[in-house]
Amino acid sequence: MLTIDRATRDAILAHARNDHPDEACGVVAGPEDSDRPARFIPMLNAARSPTFYEFDSADLLQLYKEMAANDEEPVVIYHSHTATEAYPSRTDIAYASEPNAHYVLVSTRTDDTDEFRSFRIVDGVVTEEPVEVVESYA
Amino acid sequence: MAIEVKIPTILRSYTGGAKAVDGTGDTLSALIDNLDGSHPGIKGRLITDDGGLHRFVNVYVNDEDVRFTGSLDTALKDGDAVTILPAVAGG
Repeated sequence: MLTIDRATRDAILAHARNDHPDEACGVVAGPEDSDRPARFIPMLNAARSPTFYEFDSADLLQLYKEMAANDEEPVVIYHSHTATEAYPSRTDIAYASEPNAHYVLVSTRTDDTDEFRSFRIVDGVVTEEPVEVVESYA
Repeated sequence: MAIEVKIPTILRSYTGGAKAVDGTGDTLSALIDNLDGSHPGIKGRLITDDGGLHRFVNVYVNDEDVRFTGSLDTALKDGDAVTILPAVAGG
């Protein structure tokens, strides 16, 4: 299960809306082994595409250096789909390489419905998990 | 002296959990061969069957993405720092 605070969930949804019709992407970092998404880090989609996303390579290195310096890990890795459901695509599965991360998918295919789902992607196997939204972490 | 290589989570199964390991080599290609000697199997996760760097991984030498410095032919010297990161991308 993914437990995430409402403000961070809303920030991810807002980022996706804002970047539509391109895909939006980012990370929520948290203390190592805490499983708590604490620090929202929107990333630039270097592909600037409605069907693909990629962290810029220099940004990616900077991000991982920052997280290492803070003893953090990527608890959530999120991106949006702009015309299809919030479910990992074959490309998403092929690239997924953080077995401990919650892969969050958002869809902006409709204006009025928020789609926010979370998955584990390990060795090419996708497992959807429940999302619990909390006001704050206890 | 040696070259320090930072290993991402997904490849730590090859390094006994170590976040960084030492290797040697005059080029990135030679370094990866050397790493594969100490950590068998890791090469297959970095290099494709065609012999190129896998598109799913980013490799940096002293913070420069090797895609801009000659890829596997990138020259290395003692004291260089190599970082391997999985690309974060999808569709």
